[in-house]
Amino acid sequence: MNRIARLTTVLLVGASLGRLAAQDTVRVGITYPTGVRPTVVVLPTAGLDSVRAIIARDLEHSDRFEVVQLPPGGANVGASGAGTINYPLLKTLGANLAVELVLGTGQVTARLYDLITQQRRDEITVPADPSGQGESRMDIHRISDEIVRLATGLKGIAATRILYLNNNDKRVYRVDSDGYGPVALSPQNVLAISPAWMPDGAKVAYTQLGTGGPGPIVLQSLATGTRVVVPTTTEGQNITPAFSPDGRKMVFSRLTEQGANLYSINVADLCCVERLTAGRFAENLSPAYSPDGRRIVFVSTRSGSPQIYVMSADGTDQELLVSFDFGSTGNSYAPEWSPDGAAIVFHRDISGAPQICTFDIATRQVRVRTSGGRNEDPSWGPDGRHVVFVSNRTGRAQLHVLDTETGTIRMIPTPGAARLPSWSRPLVRGR
Amino acid sequence: MTLNSYRWRIPVTQRPFFALLAASSLLITACGKKKPEVGVNPNDTPTSQPPAPSPTPPPPSNPGNRTDPGASDAERTALLADLEMLIHFEYDQDAVRPADQAILDRKAAILAANPAVKLTIEGHADERGSDEYNLVLGNKRASATKRYLESKGIDSGRLQVISYGEERPLDPAETEDAFAKNRRAAFKVTAGGDKLAAPR
Repeated sequence: MNRIARLTTVLLVGASLGRLAAQDTVRVGITYPTGVRPTVVVLPTAGLDSVRAIIARDLEHSDRFEVVQLPPGGANVGASGAGTINYPLLKTLGANLAVELVLGTGQVTARLYDLITQQRRDEITVPADPSGQGESRMDIHRISDEIVRLATGLKGIAATRILYLNNNDKRVYRVDSDGYGPVALSPQNVLAISPAWMPDGAKVAYTQLGTGGPGPIVLQSLATGTRVVVPTTTEGQNITPAFSPDGRKMVFSRLTEQGANLYSINVADLCCVERLTAGRFAENLSPAYSPDGRRIVFVSTRSGSPQIYVMSADGTDQELLVSFDFGSTGNSYAPEWSPDGAAIVFHRDISGAPQICTFDIATRQVRVRTSGGRNEDPSWGPDGRHVVFVSNRTGRAQLHVLDTETGTIRMIPTPGAARLPSWSRPLVRGR
Repeated sequence: MTLNSYRWRIPVTQRPFFALLAASSLLITACGKKKPEVGVNPNDTPTSQPPAPSPTPPPPSNPGNRTDPGASDAERTALLADLEMLIHFEYDQDAVRPADQAILDRKAAILAANPAVKLTIEGHADERGSDEYNLVLGNKRASATKRYLESKGIDSGRLQVISYGEERPLDPAETEDAFAKNRRAAFKVTAGGDKLAAPR
């Protein structure tokens, strides 16, 4: 029904982009005007139908392209795999980029063609199983991210996974960012909470409530399943772990009878605990590092209600970050610093329900990003553009992804009710 | 159906009324129940059975009228039930409510009479507020409860606190009534519960 509409859009966009692209001689990617997305077609290749479908969907989910849906019999539109591109035919579809997939032995090559200049722009070869099943999906997602990088110069989000808590069995799960293959990570019959990625994607951290202590933090290797209790976290309850971008430090909140305070620990050596906040009977939780590792954003109740504060990573220079009107601004929770450092995402109670908000560091403006239902616990994707969060807008708590540039939201369906998502950085092969 | 799983069904507003029945209801419970299970799973949700009469502790000015320490199973069960009786909290608050002080005073008296007994105090929250802030709130509730018992002379080392935040609701419904039930401190006897003497 909307194929005609899409094709029309594609043609219009393609026409305007043609002029712009011709001026571009400097960047790896073409500079496109805000709100206008390049149009890409992923050409069919015999034996790579699954791969093609995954890549086309990844490019859609990147929100950086219009992806041309080929009409039935589209295989005739562009011969693929032979290095011969039918430029005139593809241009009639309005596409300005084409991706050609070539199957090799245990590998797939993706070639990116600029249909405006009629030149091959670049190519990459990735080890991949063309079935598109199991772990090989992540290899194919890496192709998608490379295509995004080659075409736009920006990071993709396809080769990533999301941690979340399944509220039905209270276990930590991981799921591919396209919703494929949810897998339980934490043990059965252990009440887990606060899942977090280590930046290299090799390990995850979470809190066990009432197992191995009142609330220890466990580091779990994804490759081996080995679980290590972080020393000193067998005292009190230790929640909301977060890692410095270099992976060397973990900061977390420890609950004691005197309140909740932030501590950091050297993760590499599992030593050297430092206390960062000192508020007796004030609560401090949910820390997150800035991308340069120098600052920590966190929640504190020091002014009466939970709000968003910031400090240096060593605990000095603590100050309010997101201003609020006492008594009228809703409680604010779960801050996370964007990968480009420009913004904080968090959720705030607005008219009785949490909503996703962003705080722009430069302008100090808060923007409310969601409405309708409960929308909470946001986590940035590696592109600094998409945010995963939990929403009950469909009647059941599920993961959703917000594109902060367009405001569009898509759901990542998972079995059970999902909570507390944490989005990985791009995962390298084997993780 | 166990003692713990229906006790919270007594509406808060009826507590003064039930306090009048304290001694008699304790007797009814002690005689009418045969070894009810203690330490129930807090995830057990109540069935639709009507609320049964519930033991409510006698006011502190009227401590136990039983004088035979370590007596029957039924009496031990009643003492355990008093030790494990829930208290409740106002929304986003951690202060012990005046209405619940008698419940804690009764626990303090039993703890004083039984030095080997240790308690874990679990703090719980309703589902409003962020998931992780609710762990903080549960910790504040358990800690405030512990401080109250300490103020009655109970040694700190006998009382451990743990928060379960909103993770173990008694009632999963999204109603004010359910929220009120879920905002609670629960008590688990972790040592010395096998032999209990009534306070004199």
